[in-house]
Amino acid sequence: MLDTQTKESICVIIGASHAGINHAFALRKEGWEGAILLFDKDPEIPYHRPPLSKTYLSNAEVNVLKSVESYEKDNITLNLGVSVNSINRKDKTITLSDGSNQTYNKLIIATGARPIIPPIPGIESATHLYPMRTAEDVANIRNAFQTSKNKRVVIIGGGYIGLETAASIKKLGGTVTVLERETRILARVTAPEMSEYFMQLHAENGVEILTNKNVTAINNANGVNTVVCGDGSQFEADIIIVGVGIRVNLELAKEAGIVIENGILVDETACTNDKDIYAIGDCTFHFNPHYNRHVRLESVQNAVDQAKIAAAAICGKSPVYNSIPWFWSDQYDVKLQMVGLSQGYNETLTRKEECGTKTSIWYFKDDILLAVDAINNPKAFVLGTKFIKDGCKIDKSKLVDPSVNFKPAELLV
Amino acid sequence: MAKISFITRDNETITLEGTSGSVMQLAVDNGVPGIDGDCGGVCSCATCHVHVAPEHVAKSGDANEIEADMLELNDYANEQSRLCCQMEITEELDGIVLQVAESD
Repeated sequence: MLDTQTKESICVIIGASHAGINHAFALRKEGWEGAILLFDKDPEIPYHRPPLSKTYLSNAEVNVLKSVESYEKDNITLNLGVSVNSINRKDKTITLSDGSNQTYNKLIIATGARPIIPPIPGIESATHLYPMRTAEDVANIRNAFQTSKNKRVVIIGGGYIGLETAASIKKLGGTVTVLERETRILARVTAPEMSEYFMQLHAENGVEILTNKNVTAINNANGVNTVVCGDGSQFEADIIIVGVGIRVNLELAKEAGIVIENGILVDETACTNDKDIYAIGDCTFHFNPHYNRHVRLESVQNAVDQAKIAAAAICGKSPVYNSIPWFWSDQYDVKLQMVGLSQGYNETLTRKEECGTKTSIWYFKDDILLAVDAINNPKAFVLGTKFIKDGCKIDKSKLVDPSVNFKPAELLV
Repeated sequence: MAKISFITRDNETITLEGTSGSVMQLAVDNGVPGIDGDCGGVCSCATCHVHVAPEHVAKSGDANEIEADMLELNDYANEQSRLCCQMEITEELDGIVLQVAESD
């Protein structure tokens, strides 16, 4: 639905990370003439999040999403270090933490998610315990590591955040142990072959990953933590990093009567049940036409793509969000690129290239290619993306044969 | 200091000056349409795809292995393709002209 927008129109965006920032600039590009106001409680100039668990730990500089000049050039206003207390749909305002109100014609909720700090007994009295979500977390971890004498780091959680952080910290030295609750790492998102690959990769680099370790308590004496697991094992830690998942920041939306279902529910234009309120990024639950189901994705790709969809929709175009999700993870000098959603697979095929470490795992449901995990293998990533998008039928025996060229002509039926 | 020109998909020429960092970052900081740099410059997304003007290929240098792999199967890639997040700005690039590549 298109309301006429003018130079007096105001678009308010709650959340200035990947989704919010990309939306602001896309909106301007699409022809929005009015004000574009961003609000975020993080006081830092908006920065890229993926490097937090990767390069930022060793290299102190944060990469900004857009230069300060870019905001001025496009007349986009950044209000940093400001929290939003409520959304008032009736009078189309938001209330800030200082009590003031801001009106909007269009509102974008890009509030993302916050890290889960599990209710483990003793966790409040742990010293040097940090999540891994913001630039401040990284600064704290870096400082703690530098000033620590013994540098024993325990990471709770063997997902991408935990593993990337382990690799980055190990680069700085110290002893790093990862405690994963499930029977294998990356259990939720990948096949067993991937878990094995990364277990080995970390072992080769001196990081100990232990599975079936459910942390049941954290004791603290004289500034040294002891992480206790359900099986009785104990680990001393000078620094503890928690990477066990996130909770969507949906409270503002929920309190305002926006429909919630595993995240803020939006349609194919990123619009909520309120025609003037959109939601984008990590906080949304949206329909993916390719996989024919609703999904909630924690990725840069989703944040950026939804941001652009919402901008186009607000400016009167009729976009439909239909992207193949993709994702990447960097650990040591291994580049993992993933495309597609593997949920529901009933077969995996592994292709190891003739030279060295290039490997890819292809997830099928019968003859349909659902997803590809590519390790140091951009070709597999690019080809996988193409095959998934086009719904190609693949010759499985040729796929796993490294002597067959990695080209569509040779791999398709 | 290098003067780097981008020709957008709408055939607009945008000339920028940069001293350091990647060509992608220069483009993104200045809002060059079509250069997105979604992955932050780690050669994982191909949203910074450019075609180097043929007469400037020598000064642009060759694509690295990951870049080449990302480009090889890209429908819009040609012999002069580069992912400009992998192009470091130095004086050698002064005067280079880059065409923003098409994408899906």
